[in-house]
Amino acid sequence: MGKKLTIFLFLLPSLVGLVLFSIIPIGTSLYLSLTEWDVIGGPPKFHGLKNYLQILKSEEMARILGNTLYFIVLYIPLILIVSILVAVLLNNSYKGIGIYRTIYYIPVLTSWVAAALLWKWLLNPRYGAINAILGWFGIQGPSWLQDKTWAMPGVVLSSIWKDMGYFSLIFLAGLQGIDKSYYEAAEIDGANAFAKFRYITLPLVTPTLFFVMVICIINSFQLFPQVMVMTEGGPGGATQVFVERIYNYAFRYYKMGYASSLSWILFVFIFVATIIQLRMQKRWVHYDS
Amino acid sequence: MKNLNSVLVMSLLLVLCLSFTSFAQVTTIDFLNFSSSGDNEVHLERMREIFEEQNPNIKVNIETVGYGDYFVRLMTSVVAGTAPDAFELNFENFAAYAMKGTIQPLDELIEKSGFDISVSDPNALAAFRSGGKQYGLPFSFSNVIVLYNKDLFDQAGVSYPTSDWTWADQLDAATKIRALGEDIFGIFQPIQFHEFYKVVRQNGGSLFNEDMTKFTVNTPENVETLQYMVDRVQKHNVMPTEEQLSGMGDWDLFAAGRLGMLVTGSWAFPYMMENCDFDWDIAVEPGNTAKATHFFANGVVINKDTKKAEAAFEWIKFLSASKEAAEIRVKAGWELPAVTHQEILDMYAATTPPESKSVIFESLQYLVTPPVIEQFGELSDILGRHLEDARDGFVTPQEALDAAQAELEMRITL
Repeated sequence: MGKKLTIFLFLLPSLVGLVLFSIIPIGTSLYLSLTEWDVIGGPPKFHGLKNYLQILKSEEMARILGNTLYFIVLYIPLILIVSILVAVLLNNSYKGIGIYRTIYYIPVLTSWVAAALLWKWLLNPRYGAINAILGWFGIQGPSWLQDKTWAMPGVVLSSIWKDMGYFSLIFLAGLQGIDKSYYEAAEIDGANAFAKFRYITLPLVTPTLFFVMVICIINSFQLFPQVMVMTEGGPGGATQVFVERIYNYAFRYYKMGYASSLSWILFVFIFVATIIQLRMQKRWVHYDS
Repeated sequence: MKNLNSVLVMSLLLVLCLSFTSFAQVTTIDFLNFSSSGDNEVHLERMREIFEEQNPNIKVNIETVGYGDYFVRLMTSVVAGTAPDAFELNFENFAAYAMKGTIQPLDELIEKSGFDISVSDPNALAAFRSGGKQYGLPFSFSNVIVLYNKDLFDQAGVSYPTSDWTWADQLDAATKIRALGEDIFGIFQPIQFHEFYKVVRQNGGSLFNEDMTKFTVNTPENVETLQYMVDRVQKHNVMPTEEQLSGMGDWDLFAAGRLGMLVTGSWAFPYMMENCDFDWDIAVEPGNTAKATHFFANGVVINKDTKKAEAAFEWIKFLSASKEAAEIRVKAGWELPAVTHQEILDMYAATTPPESKSVIFESLQYLVTPPVIEQFGELSDILGRHLEDARDGFVTPQEALDAAQAELEMRITL
């Protein structure tokens, strides 16, 4: 009994935070999602599942889902390829490798607001660095953030730059966990660099790959600061996504109930996407034992 | 005995303390505002100093939040029951706060304090009335006019804009100025909600029917209006496309001497005075079949639940109508005070450029105010999205407005 109490007392500080700032707000938002509440004009009015039905029927839902998928389809393959490549490069032991590892990690530590402002300029159709570089190869770059088709790819580029360091670090940890003796054995059998990567590194890094994919999908659904700073959902709604809408409904349109329902729908999407991934992992993830 | 003594001394002290507080009776009120954020906080601070000198028993605690975060901050404090005693609201958001009973009617306070309401500009005063009651006092007002670059007009050999100009005259001038060079544009007028609700009025249209019960977004007049706005970009290219603009702000484009005419607010004057090294002036916006110009106002209001309504009223009255506050405003070029004091207005007219300050007052004859509906933010975002689609050439103006009409009917309750 005394021991249990001690444990509880030690947990108390973090429990208080969890209950106060996570559990209670989550519960409240579930209740609010069943109400109509304009925040400034009196208490919430209960009206059942109306918000949910309205959201699911709306064209807006289709649009934000489409935009999110567009983001995922571009972002996931790119971030995986780029961060594995960077991790493989950083998994060497030449001089000054620590400096390189730090450099790749700097964008992760940068505030999204600053990074997004920087990318807004990099993607400037006329004066931006990206289009200038494309110009050297005779390519006329698009208007990026001002163009309905290219705004999301622009957001994707900035996200790759920002997230690359974080995921490379995770991959690097995965790579360093691979037993060196596999490579030695393969070398004796005469495997070249590609064969070693394809038949040893890749299979053994799949647990890490799986983890990164789950995190990436969750992050993609929660896409927010880059959109808010770079495009504000525009042009013509081409970068409107879940969290951007939730923010606008809650704090600009005075529809807290509607925004809460939208958050719960977002939760369901993330939950289902993660379950599907967990189910699928048996087919391709190899745990080294 | 000793004990009794100390009890006596203590109670005496207590009585003294209590009587002191009731003597001084300084009321401190909290005031939240957005319009001084940026460069004007010092001017608001100066107003506070003068006010506190005149009213030694009232202290004002000012908090300034940038416009972008202001309404989130205000809304959360209202919910938490910690809303400031007095705060600023712009015209567009004022209606929601008045209708939902978050702020209090001022009629009784006006009467009790014997405040002569005629010193306030009648248009600005009317903007903060709702359901026959005065809910706010005007803090400042501004309107939108056409800024024009005299040098470019001279070079193109076009006469300066006048008040009787129509859309056609303006387009003609813009075309001639555009011909001056690849990087010189005739005009800039953003294609977005705030411009659109006004420009449709210049063509005899409106976004709503008379009694504001139905949307009339896709009427032929409005489609024609949007076509005219889009044509200036896509067809005549007297106005830069988003790509040609490349993230450059419209004010910078004008200040760089690359723009013949710029439709923008009177709040641009301090910036242009500092950044333009050419001659510029202002004119009333042209109309097509009618004239219509913007009118924006910020007001100061009192929280319904405050216990210091009278002190708060003294403060907002000072901000709104006192000569001292108005003078600080005019000298700072910080929008326009909503007062009728003649010497203040003369002082305003005398600061140049622009030469034709009278245009500001002339424009007031044709004023239109933003539509007052509760779902204002949502309305402006939805319509704005469809306007952008038309501006960038993804859909025709007819298609854009048809889609907007359908979506607005579904999402906005009038």
